[in-house]
Amino acid sequence: MPAAPFSFTDEQRQFRDVARRFLGEVSPPTAVRRLMETDDGFDPAVWDRLAGELGLCAIHVPEAWGGQGFSFVELGIVLEEMGRALLCAPYFSSAVLATGAIRHGGGEGQKEALLPALAAGTRRGTLALTEPDGRWELERVALTATPVDGGHRLDGEKRFVLDGCTADLIVAVARAPGTEGLEGLSLFTLPGDADGLERRPLHALDPTRKLAHLTFRSVLAEPLGEPGSAAAPLGRVLTEAAVALANEMVGGAQRMLDSAVDYAKLRMQFGRQIGSFQAVKHKCADMLLEVELAKSAAYRAAAAVADGESEAPALASLAKAAASDAYLAVAANCIQIHGGVGFTWENDTHLWFKRAKASEALLGDAAYHRELMMRHMDNGQ
Amino acid sequence: MTQPDEASARAEARAWLEQHWDPGRSLVAWRTMLVDSGWGMPHWPERWHGRGLSVALSQAVEDEFAAFGAVGVAKMGIRLLAGATLLEHGDDFLKERFLRRILTGEDTWCQLFSEPGSGSDLAGATTRADFDGTHWVVNGQKVWTTSAHHADYGLLLARTDWDAPKHQGLTYFVLNMRQPGVEVRQLKQMNGHASFNEVFLTDAKIEPPYRVAEVGQGWRVAMTTLAHERRGADGLRSSARAGGRKGRIHEEEAAETATLMAPYKWYPQRAGRVDLVLPRARETGRLGEPAVRQAMAKLMTLARSAEWTARRARAEQELGRPQGPEGSLGKLAASHVARAAAHVHTLIAGADAMLAGDDGPLDGLIAEILVSYPATSIAGGTDEIQRNIIAERVLGLPREPRMDGGPFRDVPRNVGG
Repeated sequence: MPAAPFSFTDEQRQFRDVARRFLGEVSPPTAVRRLMETDDGFDPAVWDRLAGELGLCAIHVPEAWGGQGFSFVELGIVLEEMGRALLCAPYFSSAVLATGAIRHGGGEGQKEALLPALAAGTRRGTLALTEPDGRWELERVALTATPVDGGHRLDGEKRFVLDGCTADLIVAVARAPGTEGLEGLSLFTLPGDADGLERRPLHALDPTRKLAHLTFRSVLAEPLGEPGSAAAPLGRVLTEAAVALANEMVGGAQRMLDSAVDYAKLRMQFGRQIGSFQAVKHKCADMLLEVELAKSAAYRAAAAVADGESEAPALASLAKAAASDAYLAVAANCIQIHGGVGFTWENDTHLWFKRAKASEALLGDAAYHRELMMRHMDNGQ
Repeated sequence: MTQPDEASARAEARAWLEQHWDPGRSLVAWRTMLVDSGWGMPHWPERWHGRGLSVALSQAVEDEFAAFGAVGVAKMGIRLLAGATLLEHGDDFLKERFLRRILTGEDTWCQLFSEPGSGSDLAGATTRADFDGTHWVVNGQKVWTTSAHHADYGLLLARTDWDAPKHQGLTYFVLNMRQPGVEVRQLKQMNGHASFNEVFLTDAKIEPPYRVAEVGQGWRVAMTTLAHERRGADGLRSSARAGGRKGRIHEEEAAETATLMAPYKWYPQRAGRVDLVLPRARETGRLGEPAVRQAMAKLMTLARSAEWTARRARAEQELGRPQGPEGSLGKLAASHVARAAAHVHTLIAGADAMLAGDDGPLDGLIAEILVSYPATSIAGGTDEIQRNIIAERVLGLPREPRMDGGPFRDVPRNVGG
C-alpha cells in the first residue's frame, strides 16, 4: 500500500490507537518492572496475544509468506507505540532483525520455510551480527564458517545479541576462512539449542531488552541465501533496523516528554506549579521541539524504506542519529524536571532513560550514523 | 450567499481575464479594473471590492491568475495588513477612504507597533495619543518600522488611557505619515544594512474619524493585524516569482516588487544558507575533516527535520485536521538551524571567517551570514517568547504570575518609556 510521507491515513491512525490501547493494557510500568527482573524478559501470554490476536509480527511481511502485507510505515507505528509503552518482548529481534535478514537474505524456499512461523510468532528469531569488539561495520565480522559435509561449521563469538538466550532461531553472520572486508560474508541459520552453541546472558544496563553473548564451537549451521553474498542484503537489514529503532525511540521520547510536562503541572514549589517557571517551561518547549523533529525524521525514513527510495540508507542514519540525541536529551531532562525523586528507583523515569541510553549505542551511536549519512550524501551527488 | 463550485469560479475568472487582460495598461489602471470587478480580492465582500467567495475559492482564482500570467492587486508589505485590519474593524468612512487605494497600490503603509521600551511586550506601548478637543495628538517613538521612509500612512497603536489595565488602555489609529510631527530615521543594523526605521512622533495630529474601532479597543484590533502578519509570512516568499515578462504592467510591477523587497535582501543569509554548506565544504577541501563532517551532518539533520515537520503540519492542515504541536515549532526550529548553519560556515571558512566584503568568502556573503543570523532568534517573536507560547498553548503549562496588572500608570517599565 502507498505510504503517506507527511501524514498518517485515518486507517493508520486507527491502527495506532489499537496498538496503543493494547500496549497500555499489557505493558504498564508494573509489568515492565516485573518482566525486566526475569531471565527471559517477556511474558509468553502477552507475546501470544501480540502475535496471534493482533498479528503484529506479521504486519510488514508479504502475504505470500504468511504476513499481513502492510508497509514499513505500519511497522514504524507499532514500534513507536512499543517504545512508548517500553514493552518487554523480543519483537525488535524477531520481527525486525531476524525477519528482515531472512526476507532480504534468504532464497525463495527458505523464506517459505522460515517466515510464516516468525510472522505468526510461533518461533522467535534474532540476528547475531556484532562481536566482542562491539562494532557495527560488516567488515568487522570474524565468526568463521567452514564448509563441511552437510553444511557449515561456525566458530567464534557473537556479543550484544538481542534476546539471544530465548530465540528459537538464530541468524548468524559469518565469513569464509581467509576472506576479509565485505567479501566472503554469509548468513546462516541455526536453532537456539544447537550443539556447540553456548548462550550466556549479559548484564544489560537496560534490563528491559535482553542481551546475550554467544560462543560458537563447531556449530553446524545452514547457509541462508547465496554463500558469500550477504553484504548487500545485510546492508538493507541494517538500514531497516536503524529506521525501526528510530521509530521505537521517538515513542519513548514522547513518553518522557509527557511525563515531564505532567509532573511540571503537578509539582508545587515556592507556592506555584514548577511548570509556571520559565526555567522549566522553556526546557519543556525545547523537549517538544526535539521530539517533533526526531519524529519527523523517523516518519520520513520509514516512508523512504516503504517506498524503496534510494535515499533510504542516508535517511535511516539521519533518523537514528536524531532519535539517539533526542531520546537521551528528553529522558535526561525528564529526570531533571522530576528533581530528586527522578533519581530514585521507585520513580519510573529511569526505566525509559536506560532504554534511551542503551538504544543510543545499539546499531551505532549518533556520531557513527552521522558519518554514514555524510558518506551516503557524498556518494549521492 | 451560495458559493459557486471551483470549476465555475475558475472558468468565470478566466473568462473575465481573457476579456480584460492587457499587459500594456498601467499597473494602477489595471488594478482599478480588478477592484471594480471584485476579482482582485474575491474573498472580500461584494460591497468592498470583492465577490464574497470562500478563501479556498479565492485561492483557486489566484492560481488561475498566476496560470494566466496576469498581475493581481497590491498584496505585498504592510498594506495588505492595513486592508485586512480596516476591512474587519474600520467603519464605512475608513473603508471608503482607504481600501481601494490599498488594493491599487497607490498608497504605501507601515506598522507603528514596536517601541524601544516594548518589544516582546507589545501591549506595553507608551506612545501616547491625547484628544485636545479637535484632534488626537500623538507623542512617542516607534521602532523596527519597515518602509516608514516612503509610507503614506501608518497603523498606529497608542496609549489613550493610563488608568486602565495595560491591554485596555490602547487605541488603534491610522496616522498620516506626511505631516510635520512625524520624523523618520533609518536604523542601521549590526550587519550594516538599514532595513528598518525609527519613527519619532512629536505632536503629530490625527483627525477623529481616523481612529479605528472604539477607544480602548486597540489591542484587539492589533491582534487582527498580527494574525494577518503571521499568515502573510509565506506570501513574502512566493511573491519573489516570475520576473522578465514583457509589457508596461510587468515592468511597473517588477519595480514595485524591487522596492518592497529591497529591505529583505539579507534575509536568506540570516536564515543560515544551509544550501551553501555542502558546496562550500567541497570547494574548501574541509569535507574530509571529521569534526566538520559531524557538524555538517548535525546541521542537515536539523534543517531537514525542520522542513519535514513543517510539511507534516501542512499535510494535517490540508486534511482538515486540528493543528498538532508540529505546527507551532517552525520559528524556534528556524533559530536552531540558523545558529547551527552559522557555526558550520565558520568551521568551513577557517581563518577566512575573519574576513568580510571583497576579501571575505563569496564576496562577503559568508560574513553576512555570520553577522545576520542573530536576528533570526529575535525578529517576529524571540525564542524565549516562542518557548512561552509553545509551553503554555501547546503543552498547557501554567502562565507565569503577572506583574503588570492594575492601572498601567503603576506598572513598572523602562526608564524614559
